[in-house]
Order: sequence, then C-alpha cells, then structure tokens
Amino acid sequence: MDKATFRIWRGDANEADFVDYETEVSEGMVVLDAVHRIQAEQANDLAVRWNCKAGKCGSCSAEVNGNPKLMCMTRLNDIPLDQPVTVEPMRAFPLIKDLVTDVSWNFKVKEKMKPFTPRPPDAEDGTWRMEQEDIDHVQEFRKCIECFLCQDVCHVLREHHLHDEFIGPRFFVYAASLEMHPIDTENRLEELKDLDGIGYCNITKCCTNVCPEHITITDNAIIPLKERVVDQFYDPIKKLFRVFGG
Amino acid sequence: MASYETFDYDVLIIGAGGAGLRAAIEAATGDLKVGLVCKSLLGKAHTVMAEGGVAAALANVDERDSWRAHFADTMRGGQYLSNARMAELHAKESPDRVRELEAWGALFDRTQDGSILQRNFGGHQYPRLAHVGDRTGLEMIRALQDHGIHQGIEVHMENTITTLLKTGDRVSGAFGYEREKGRFKIFSAKAIVLATGGVGKAYKITSNSWEYTGDGHSLAYHAGAELIDMEFVQFHPTGMVWPPSVRGILVTEGVRGEGGILTNSEGNRFMFDDIPELYVNQTADSTEEGWLYTQGDREARRPPELLTRDHVARCIVREVHEGRGSPHGGVFLDIAWIKEKIPNAQEHIRRKLPSMYHQFKELADIDITEEPMEVGPTTHYIMGGIRVDADTQMTCVPGLFAAGECAAGLHGANRLGGNSLSDLLVFGKRAGEYAAQFAEENGAVPLEDSSVEEIAQHVLKPFDNPEGGENPYQIQSELQDKMQELVGIARSQESLTQALEEVQTLREKAENVHSIGNREYNSGWHTALDLDCLITVSEAIALAALERRASIGAHSRDDFPEKEEQGAGKYNTIVHKTEDNTMAIRREPVPELTEEYEQIIEEMG
Repeated sequence: MDKATFRIWRGDANEADFVDYETEVSEGMVVLDAVHRIQAEQANDLAVRWNCKAGKCGSCSAEVNGNPKLMCMTRLNDIPLDQPVTVEPMRAFPLIKDLVTDVSWNFKVKEKMKPFTPRPPDAEDGTWRMEQEDIDHVQEFRKCIECFLCQDVCHVLREHHLHDEFIGPRFFVYAASLEMHPIDTENRLEELKDLDGIGYCNITKCCTNVCPEHITITDNAIIPLKERVVDQFYDPIKKLFRVFGG
Repeated sequence: MASYETFDYDVLIIGAGGAGLRAAIEAATGDLKVGLVCKSLLGKAHTVMAEGGVAAALANVDERDSWRAHFADTMRGGQYLSNARMAELHAKESPDRVRELEAWGALFDRTQDGSILQRNFGGHQYPRLAHVGDRTGLEMIRALQDHGIHQGIEVHMENTITTLLKTGDRVSGAFGYEREKGRFKIFSAKAIVLATGGVGKAYKITSNSWEYTGDGHSLAYHAGAELIDMEFVQFHPTGMVWPPSVRGILVTEGVRGEGGILTNSEGNRFMFDDIPELYVNQTADSTEEGWLYTQGDREARRPPELLTRDHVARCIVREVHEGRGSPHGGVFLDIAWIKEKIPNAQEHIRRKLPSMYHQFKELADIDITEEPMEVGPTTHYIMGGIRVDADTQMTCVPGLFAAGECAAGLHGANRLGGNSLSDLLVFGKRAGEYAAQFAEENGAVPLEDSSVEEIAQHVLKPFDNPEGGENPYQIQSELQDKMQELVGIARSQESLTQALEEVQTLREKAENVHSIGNREYNSGWHTALDLDCLITVSEAIALAALERRASIGAHSRDDFPEKEEQGAGKYNTIVHKTEDNTMAIRREPVPELTEEYEQIIEEMG
C-alpha cells in the first residue's frame, strides 16, 4: 500500500499549527478517509465534523491544499500525493479545534430572516397547485446542503469580516428560495438591501465556483435579487409612481 | 465535585432528525418550554440521507390508492408482525403530515395538474412516494428545520446525552455533555422524547454515520423501558461496493423504481428466479410487464426488483455466494439500459436521479447513464427498537416517549422503503403532542442529585484510565467486524452464541478504554462514550436473533429456514434489563388481528 503525508491543522483558538501525519492510502480513498485513518491510528483526539460521507449533509467542509472542499467528496486520485496534502479548517469562521470551526453565526442569521409565509391554500384539502416548471429554479436553491463553503470563500466575510452587515451567499440563496417560491407572500427586499448587505456582493462568483451542489449562486440567486432590489428602490420611474401614488 | 450547567424544560427532545424536529414543533405549539438536543449540527441528521421519498396515500397519481391499501402493504411487508394500530394510524395520517410540510415550505416534485407527484417503490401497490428527485430527506429536514427555528424551541447542537435521570418511576431529566468544551449539562424535564435514530454503526458495512450508535435504545433500556424485535435489522439491498472507502453508501431504491434492473455476472435478471409466495400475484411475470409498471402502466404488475428489501438483499447474497457476483463482490444494478426504451434516456436519468449520478461519477468514476453500478447489501435501518404505546408513543417508563427509527412497532419484520419518512412525521408529531400533554398533566419532579456525581465520574473515566489502555476506535472496529460476520444477513445458533461472547469480551475491554488529550472537541473521547450504547444494542440484537428460531423478514437463520417456529405462533421478542443488571429476553404473542383489519388485508389482496 502507498503512503502519503497529510499536513493537518491542529490546535485551538489560542494556539494551532500544522502537524504532519503519514498514512497508508488506497484506491478510491477520499480526504476524509485519510483523516479518519489518522484519527483512529495516530491522533484519537483529532476534531473533525462529518456525517453522511456522500456529499449530502455538508458537515465535512475544510480547505484542502487551500481549496474549500467537502472532504468526503475530494478523491486522493485528484490530488498530487508526492507532496504533503494540507488540510485546514474553514478560515472564515472562528476555530474551535483542529478542523472544526464555530459556524453558529450562520444559524443565527437564518433565524433573523422572515420565514416562509404561504398564500391561502388553492384547494379545499389545504393543498396548493404549482407547475413543475415554476418550481424548477427554486428546487435548485433547495439543493443547498448548508456546508457553508460559499460563506468561507466570500471576500466580504473572509477578508472584510462584515458578518454584522452581510449575510453571505448561503443566505442569499435561502432568500431567493423564499422570494421565488410560487406560494410565498412575504417581501424581503428591504431587508436584503438594508440589513443583509446584498450591495456588498461584487459578483466575483467565488461562491458559485466552490458549491459542491453546483448551485449557480451568483447568476440564479444573487443577481436576480439585486435586480429586484434595484427595481423596488432605485428605479426612477417606479420611484416617481410611488411618490405620486402615495 | 463535577461542575455542570442546568436547564429546565417542560419537554426535552433528544435527537433532531425528522422525528425529533417534528416532535419539537408539535410540543412547542402551546406555551410549553421545549428543548432539543442533538449530536451534530442542526439539519445534518440521517434524515438528510433519505433519497427515494415519503410514503403517503395521497392518491395523486393513482386514485385507487387509499389508507387501507397503504395499511395492507405495510402489514404484508412487515410479515404481519407489525403493530396493526400503528400501521393504521400511520396510513391514515401520513397524507396530512406530507401536505403540512408543503405549508412549511417544502417543494415536492409535481404532477401534470400541479399536485404532489408520487413514485413507485418496493412493496407499495401504487405509486405512493412523494419525492424531490432523489433528495427527499434533505427537503424534509430543511422544511422542518426552517419552520422549527421560529417556534421558540431551544436547540443544543453538538450535545450528547449519556444517561436519563429518573425520580422514582418517572423520567425526570437527562445528563449529557457538549462537544465543544466537554462541559456537562443537566436537563430537567417533565417529559422526554427519544428520537435518536438507529444503530447502523454496530456494523462494518453501513449507510449510517458516526451518530448512529443506538443511543436512544440504550438510554431507554437502562431507564427500564423495553426493546422489541431487535433482531430485525434491515440490510438495504443496494449499497455501493466499490471502491472500498465508499462501501456501504446507499444507492436509492428509486433507481429500481425508475426502471433499474439487477443482473448477475451471467447477465441474468436473477430476481425473476425466486418470487415469494406472498407476492406471486403482485409480481410481473415478464420483463416487459415489469418495465411497463415502472412507466406507470396501471394494468402491469411490479418487477421483482421492487420486491421487499429483505428478499432482494437475500437474493443478492445468494448470487454472490454462488459465484455469479460482480468483480467486487456485488451484483449489477443497471439503469443505463432504459436507453433501449426511451429517447433522451441520459437526460432523464440525470433529472430523476441527480444525486446518484453525481455520487457514482465523483466517488467511483462510473457514469450511471452509460454503465451499470455494482451494488450489495448495506446495514441501513433497525425495525426493532423501543416499545411504545401505539397512540401516544409513551414507553412503559412514565414521561418517556420515543419516535422514529429508535421506536418500534410499525415495521414488523421488514420496513417498506418510504415508510420511515412517513413514520417519523406521523409518530414524531404524536410523540410531541402526547409528551406535551403529559408535561401539562404532571408537574415537575425534582431531580435526585445523588446519581449525578457517579455519572460524571463514569463519563470521565476514559481520561482516568491508565495510558496504554484500549483505543476506542479499535474496539469499535472490532465490534463492527464481529457483528458483520456473526449477526449479519445469515445467522445461526453458533454464530449468535459466539457473537454474545465476543460482545462480552469487548465490553470488558471497553472498561479500559483510554482517551488522550483534553475534553475539548475530543472525538476519541466521544467515540469511547458511544461504545457503551453500541455494545448494549449489539447484545440486544444478538440475543433477540438467537431467541427467534425462524427465518422471517429481515432475520434469516441458516439453522431454521422456516418462516415460523413449529407451534410458536407469531410473537415479538422483548428485551429488558433485570434487577441484577443483566439483559433478559422473553416472547409475547402478537395480538390477533381484529376482524376489521383482517378484512382490509383480504380486500387489498
């Protein structure tokens, strides 16, 4: 069996550094397998989040050789193994320990957003009628597994730390899934403009590039939301209508 | 003296998958204070992995469907060992529970007329599974989560409960730790709902994640509740088998629902070779009829690939055992062949089975629209579990409730695909409702502090054990090997007796498990603590499997191939803890079906 070296971030908020571990690798292994093997054989107390191991739960987000990835979907075949593979926690969130970061901010952001508010049911049995083609685009947003890799890679959060003024790509996708939901009646545009900081996004598409669910975050969610905000608040003709329409 | 934080709730829910979330939402509808504790982050529980759909007789696609048909299918699938009252409630209430999710934002795939679309699945007579492509579980858990966070529920993420606390006969609280700093927490509660999911981590080849160590089963058992039918562990017929690192990851039954076929190395559709008597009348007798069924032909009968999971898993094992397996020890599952039947088959497959397409493409370099998959059985689900009252979901311990996979009764000897997502909605709601009612009718009971210090010491023992003690991962791995080998799909008195001895040896070894490092997010320590539960449920499974001297549903005994033990009738196995702290087992006859139930089953043929 071949061997490879994994350079893993170890430590907590006070003190942390890379530690090299050499371990055996075999066909088909993913980075998470290597981390688990190291944990079982050499570093029992190594902290790492994971659950489904199939790219469906979004728990094992990390930075592999500097790239934001789900460890369970990153195959060793696709990485050069002749040099150490670096495995680091997501850098946009405070470190708890080793590969585990404090992502609680994301949960708080979601709680503050206006919840889904459906129109009255279409049928007497309390159900709604929706065409498949009208929900296709919302279903794309609902594929999100909340891995927060898009948040990790977003400059506004990662470099400028504007967590208090900007909700990040994940929650623009969430907002889009509600705003474009065929039976939702709520309007979230004012919040998107004033509280959620959608204006900070300068459409570099870094989020789209790292999304393991291949959601076209920028083009399908953020840009249409920006357009809606512009339409509602900055369109001069509509503004005029509002002024005179009272 | 150990230090700990304390929290007071009216209702405490342990576990935040579909059942836990649904229970929490229900319990929080009044003015009660509800706490929710989960081992992972919110929204990561195993519900997220469910792919194919949620079973509910909405009759959107085939108006012949009804609760009676769903009831009859569930009873037949469970080999008539299910609790009939639970099967009735489940079949009657699941349509409302599914519709309600839509009111909370879930977006299921649609029919032409804009209602919820339903698909075929193993053991269901009519297209019954509401779904979203092959990511239904994600849709459900997200809908529950996004609705739940606005109901005033206090969530404790990444917390593990190690012990339930009792005051007299009643459950009165729970002791646990938070993963981040390893600090202790004590929760007092008037009622507790266990919704901790399954036990899949007891086996080597499994679709389950690290969380599924039988916590709820073990907590309930130690608190004095009964576990029933623990021998019935579902081995899902189609898990990935190659490459080794992904062995066990689930391949949805939806692949077969969409027309996928199982073949052996000789290219033979071997499922046609062995059709159980109970299903002969419902099964296609030609490949063409089977195909037509998957395409919605109402006159056609289902292909044998859509027989119940226990049977399909056994047939696959037989093929492999008799030398007709695929190169890596499975059989072939082929969906690509449908290009012979429909235009744009590749696009169709990618649209209907998007996550299967990506899973195989990214993890196994296989394009499922071009070539067959290799699949084999994987530990998936436990039908057995905590014994509960059918209506209220309360255990025999006052104030202690259970719902979802950790509870038992609905699925009998074998669960139909799609019936777990509906189970957790129907009985999650009921557990939440009746736990709330219990909390309102019964005041708080004071916690007895005397036991806390002892529990805390036990929890910290892995750090106190001498260096060079046992490695928790090593013990877990040995246990998984033994359970896989001795308590897997094929069992015998010899293998099960040996399994019980091995479990005992590992229990003793686990006493000396040593954890390195400190209490902060220490995965080794967490694994060490989960061993207690894993060993308890492993013993229960092996003991129940030894007790049932017959082969029925998911439980197969090489030494007792007959479906029923001579003269024994139908019975449930019941495991409980004796006063001297050992595990005891007994049988109880399954109550006779009422005339009404008999009639429905007969009618629904």
